[in-house]
Amino acid sequence: MAGKIITISSGKGGVGKTTTTANLGLGLAMLGERVICIDADIGLRNLDVMLGLENRIVYDIVNYIEGHCRLRQAMVRDKRFPELYLMPAAQTRDKNAISVSDMKRVAHEAAELADYVLIDSPAGIEQGFRYSVTPADLVLIVTNPEVASVRDADRVIGLLEAEGWAPAQLIINRIKPDLVRRGEMLDADTVLDLLAISLLGIVQEDPNILIASNRGQPVVLDDHSIAGQSFRNVARRLRGEDVPFEPLKSPSILQRIFGAR
Amino acid sequence: MGDMPVTLKGTAEGIRLKPVAAAWDDVLRALQVALQEAEAFFRGGRVILEMGERELSKSELVTLRTILDQFDMELWAVLSDNDSTIRTARAYGLRTRLPRSAPQADPEAASAPPGANALLVERTLRSGQSLSFPGHVTLLGDINPGGEVIAGGNVVVWGKVRGVIHAGALGDESACICALELAPSQLRIAGHISRAPDDRRRKARPEIARISDDHIIAEPWT
Ligand SMILES: Nc1ncnc2c1ncn2[C@@H]1O[C@H](COP(=O)(O)OP(=O)(O)O)[C@@H](O)[C@H]1O
Ligand SMILES: [Mg+2]
Repeated sequence: MAGKIITISSGKGGVGKTTTTANLGLGLAMLGERVICIDADIGLRNLDVMLGLENRIVYDIVNYIEGHCRLRQAMVRDKRFPELYLMPAAQTRDKNAISVSDMKRVAHEAAELADYVLIDSPAGIEQGFRYSVTPADLVLIVTNPEVASVRDADRVIGLLEAEGWAPAQLIINRIKPDLVRRGEMLDADTVLDLLAISLLGIVQEDPNILIASNRGQPVVLDDHSIAGQSFRNVARRLRGEDVPFEPLKSPSILQRIFGAR
Repeated sequence: MGDMPVTLKGTAEGIRLKPVAAAWDDVLRALQVALQEAEAFFRGGRVILEMGERELSKSELVTLRTILDQFDMELWAVLSDNDSTIRTARAYGLRTRLPRSAPQADPEAASAPPGANALLVERTLRSGQSLSFPGHVTLLGDINPGGEVIAGGNVVVWGKVRGVIHAGALGDESACICALELAPSQLRIAGHISRAPDDRRRKARPEIARISDDHIIAEPWT
């Protein structure tokens, strides 16, 4: 049976799509799933860095589409989980190097080899967005609890609905419990009320995410990380497990100081 | 609006355009201005030209079409009591009678039978989505920030309004806007605009907005 194709999208840039893709890819692999992460952000690749695989890239997705290598050659195996692969973006090309039908073909071929294919979509609602969401069985919308980001998410959901694309589920990223409590940040209920799609996860702001990404060791691998726990839970929910939403808690002083190991 | 060189009225069949000024140039100029003012509303619409007794020459018809073309509007029908005008219209492949179901007479907005020029839509308008209709609009759903409804008549929203509504977009100052929760970024009625008050977090309650003393005023809708 072919695997499930899940596209991670947002409209706005910098909200945590690539972070989410890297953490969910690893999170699913930790649960024993076979996963292929496709970096669809042609020209601005960074999923390889977040996964710590940049040194292993020989071929990329555009090489494969243009017939310069086999599919397997464009799949970089993870160093930690042998069933996790990255299909990197081309760094020296742009979004026009891939058509909607190219991506559809690649995603479906990948789905024959894996349980989950995760597509990290570029920002915007143009070509890169279109080719990323067309093959999807499910679109994960990542938003920050912030007006501009929510509005872009709303726009993307509207496009998905209007075009009859895949159903969408929501991940709210970078929520800060302190600010929400003081009424200085949109809370999850307000975001959900506006977007009116089902919620898959809430991930707190966590300074370790940046450090972990730079090291190529996403927080999902860290048992003590609150954000890591949220990503592990999202991975389980994706598999259909009924995991209660973790309560928002501010990191303790100790976690703040010693969190970044 | 008695001295307008041209009148425009949204109906369920299309936009009814009636030249009033004697000089065709004046009609066209006023039309251009009117279309530009509510471009989002008119764009892509179909037009019913009401000529009455007046004679329409080929060149007048062609110049009218070039203006409509700029707004992607289609000249769909020419209604006339003048034989030569009817011949000209037919020569250009235009219909000179409306389909049976459509009322021949110019329906007065207020006296129109309910439903004849109203649209009922059940959905939420998300950011970037726009709904425009020449008559009244009833929306069962929300208007999110960045979404908009533009209507020739009244707008009733059974939901939350956080986007933009333009009622009476063809110039009807008596048009009103009703909503279960009115927290819009902007309301427009005819040529009037009101922005959201900056002290947002008001208590949600159904409200009706209409023009009073040249301003858009929102009151509890009871
Ligand atoms: N929960 C979070 N807490 C702290 N920083 C985060 C979080 N999620 C993402 N970031 C940071 O935000 C930046 C943008 O994230 P990225 O995943 O590259 O966004 P996108 O792919 O949507 O452009 C990165 O520097 C990342 O480390
Ligand atoms: Mg990215």
